[in-house]
Amino acid sequence: MQTHQYDVVIVGAGGAGMRAALESSTRVRTAVISKLYPTRSHTGAAQGGMCAALANVEEDNWEWHTFDTVKGGDYLVDQDAAEVMAKEAIDAVLDLEKMGLPFNRTPEGKIDQRRFGGHTRNHGEAAVRRSCYAADRTGHMILQTLYQQCVKNEVEFYNEFYVLDLLVDHDLAAGHVPEGEEVNVSGVVAYELATGEIHVFQAKSVVIATGGAGKIFKTTSNAHTLTGDGMALAYRRGIPLEDMEFFQFHPTGLAGLGILLSEAARGEGGILRNADGERFMERYAPTIKDLAPRDIVARSMANEVREGRGAGPNKDYVLLDLTHLEPAHIDAKLPDITEFARTYLGIEPYTEPVPVYPTAHYAMGGIPTNIEGEVLRNSNDVIRGLYAAGEVACVSVHGSNRLGTNSLLDINVFGKRAGISAAHYAVGASFVDLPESPAVDVVAELEQIRVRPDGERVADLRKALQETMDANAQVFRTRESLQQALADIKALHKRFRAVSVQDKSKTFNTDLLEAVELGFLLDIAETVVVGALNRDESRGGHFREDFPKRDDENYMRHTMAYRRPLPAKGGRQWQSGADGDHDGAFAYTEVFDDYQLVLGSKPVTVTRYQPMERKY
Amino acid sequence: MTAVAEAPSKIGEVPSFTVTLRVLRHLPADDGELAERWDEFQVQAHGTDRVLDALHQVKWEQDGSLTFRRSCAHGVCGSDAMRINGRNRLACKTLLKDLDPSKPITVEPIKGLPVIKDLVVDMEPFFASYREIMPFLITTGNEPTRERLQSAEQRERFDDTTKCILCAACTSSCPVFWTDGQYFGPAAIVNAHRFIFDSRDEGGAQRLEILNDKEGVWRCRTTFNCTEACPRGIQVTKAIQEVKRAMITRAF
Ligand SMILES: Cc1cc2nc3c(=O)[nH]c(=O)nc-3n(C[C@H](O)[C@H](O)[C@H](O)COP(=O)(O)OP(=O)(O)OC[C@H]3O[C@@H](n4cnc5c(N)ncnc54)[C@H](O)[C@@H]3O)c2cc1C
Ligand code: SF4
Ligand code: FES
Repeated sequence: MQTHQYDVVIVGAGGAGMRAALESSTRVRTAVISKLYPTRSHTGAAQGGMCAALANVEEDNWEWHTFDTVKGGDYLVDQDAAEVMAKEAIDAVLDLEKMGLPFNRTPEGKIDQRRFGGHTRNHGEAAVRRSCYAADRTGHMILQTLYQQCVKNEVEFYNEFYVLDLLVDHDLAAGHVPEGEEVNVSGVVAYELATGEIHVFQAKSVVIATGGAGKIFKTTSNAHTLTGDGMALAYRRGIPLEDMEFFQFHPTGLAGLGILLSEAARGEGGILRNADGERFMERYAPTIKDLAPRDIVARSMANEVREGRGAGPNKDYVLLDLTHLEPAHIDAKLPDITEFARTYLGIEPYTEPVPVYPTAHYAMGGIPTNIEGEVLRNSNDVIRGLYAAGEVACVSVHGSNRLGTNSLLDINVFGKRAGISAAHYAVGASFVDLPESPAVDVVAELEQIRVRPDGERVADLRKALQETMDANAQVFRTRESLQQALADIKALHKRFRAVSVQDKSKTFNTDLLEAVELGFLLDIAETVVVGALNRDESRGGHFREDFPKRDDENYMRHTMAYRRPLPAKGGRQWQSGADGDHDGAFAYTEVFDDYQLVLGSKPVTVTRYQPMERKY
Repeated sequence: MTAVAEAPSKIGEVPSFTVTLRVLRHLPADDGELAERWDEFQVQAHGTDRVLDALHQVKWEQDGSLTFRRSCAHGVCGSDAMRINGRNRLACKTLLKDLDPSKPITVEPIKGLPVIKDLVVDMEPFFASYREIMPFLITTGNEPTRERLQSAEQRERFDDTTKCILCAACTSSCPVFWTDGQYFGPAAIVNAHRFIFDSRDEGGAQRLEILNDKEGVWRCRTTFNCTEACPRGIQVTKAIQEVKRAMITRAF
């Protein structure tokens, strides 16, 4: 075992992690730990753009952007956070340009902008051009540019190191740490893939930036490595997860594969059609049609298929039609995604419509933070020295449905904020003592799986999980379907205790790490499903067929999912005053074998905009 | 081994076929040495399956110890460059049906970088060359308050080389790199090109100085392997030629 000491440790080297590192590393001694080489992070897969009210091509301002974000999120957005993001968006884009990001340009040489779903002029009047982009590889350019700056600043990376535990000086999962009590982070435990060695990092500040968790679903635009690690680590340590039931299904994944075709395809004029060739979005969103927010388009597509109007031999997808666009225009604006259609489906988008179906895309929920990036352990108290940013975090700027281009923005704005906050805190803080044997839990878990001579295969369990999530917790949900998913997850948790891996070596044992990642996926899936079961309403990405309306009276609050010990004898055992038990609004507890999942809630911050019906 | 296309039993069902993978394994022994051997696996594949799907099928259903890197699974992260039927490609971008599934498909690690295990190589020497060419925008003077202006034509000048995903398919297909591991290799030159021809950048002269080194661009023998290997379709050889020309004319 090796021990390291840094002022700031950043976990994750995607857009959020590297943006944080650029701030932190110039101020204090900083290390970035990443399970992937930084440039392999999934930020690089983002296509369409990053929005900011630059007003380079038409009138625009940050207040309109704030409003669109709040409305797009179906009013579950914390409006103070959305305002910060929309205001700082402008500098976030300009910062990237100054770092060298090759944006597409206007004829005057300024950063060009294009339309994207849900972004409008003057509170919904018409679509506005707000998305700054570099063809359909904006995320690639952001990731490369941030990495280039990290090379320039000689940021220290620990690549292909998996962080497997978060060290906090109080046992929050025990459920008895009173509100107001000071809780500190002391570091993380990591596993070096190449050698199997354990590394303990002691740090004054830790920034979690591990990205999303799309792999709980079978059909997803997310990378194989997006297994919700950071969220699960926090959850296991008793930190709540916020709004996990809100998962975004992106309308246009390549049918059967889930590979994303950016909304930019529709922004540039693409049209969705059913088997009859009908432009069906005219029926669902008469004003902005194909450019309605993602949750609405995804449900409309699923509904077309359900009602028998799907295309293809099994009538199980719809068609994205680009054939009326000029090939030269497609090549200039959408080169990568049209190549995906050619490579993976053998479809020529110039002349043939592309088969598409909704794909699990983005986790709106995550580790709760305030606008400085500090992690909350209940509605009020922060954990000192602990920060989170990017898709892993829930600030919450996306509410129940994220607008396209708002995530690349989120990772830049809140990545930067978290990096600055973490460094400032480290300057004034001292190291917190590590627990006596900081790595025992991690080593025990790994060894158990590694040496178990035989047992169930990781891949079988993961497949079963992903299939039940696709079948029961996707675009349409009901109490019955969610209960089925929950029963399946519980059964899989039991089976997980018997998994074994075939690779017994210590060198680059990805077999073992896939098992660990499956454990994370199961934990995340349970928070998604239990959150969804509790929420007897439909809002943004969460649609309950048995409760198709939004219910502000009962559910205009954030869900907070806490893992807590089993009660000694029945009932909900956590004294009031202990964290999590706030207003009792969500009195919901789900009992698992070794713990219970207790749902609390957190108020939504409303500043300027009162909830209205969301119509497009 | 021959491919047997099964008659679709249901209308619309994708026909499946069997393929054989021949994988060059490198298994670490207790003494730290790597034991090399060829393993054959049979997998059941469907129309849209890629080599990566076949490798996953082996790992998930037959031999969990088979080791390779991957993440995005659609050709944008650069994790899974490998030698497939003797050519460098991304496993996630190579469809089995395009490979003549009637013959065994050979899979080996990319060449010229030290193997860690099976298909995983040590990428550090590759990234070290990349870092040496100063792969970041270099400017002087005060920062402007707004964006730096750049015309669409100026932007187009280096568009091709901005697409690089650092997968090393090019560098590890280069015969010069195989025999001389000190050579910067095509990927580093591609990334130098990306900045040298960026109208906003002022570090071109420094970068050309670095690449003028004996291990620099002049070692390129214009064999075009790199261009053929590049999964992003970057005109790698052309980029190297442009850097060479810039070195002579100092016009960029
Ligand atoms: C196909 C696709 C297209 C998209 N297009 C857009 C778009 O056009 N506009 C937009 O705004 N948003 C888009 N998004 C969303 C956006 O790209 C992501 O939400 C965002 O990039 C997430 O960035 P991140 O830094 O939080 O995480 P990531 O970039 O996913 O990085 C996560 C990092 O954490 C590390 N990590 C994870 N677990 C561990 C661990 N246990 N130990 C150590 N390190 C770990 C990984 O190595 C990685 O470096 C898109 C998403 C997808 C999937
Ligand atoms: S130039 Fe092409 S082959 Fe070479 S590293 Fe970049 S993307 Fe890979
Ligand atoms: S897995 Fe990302 S490029 Fe192949």
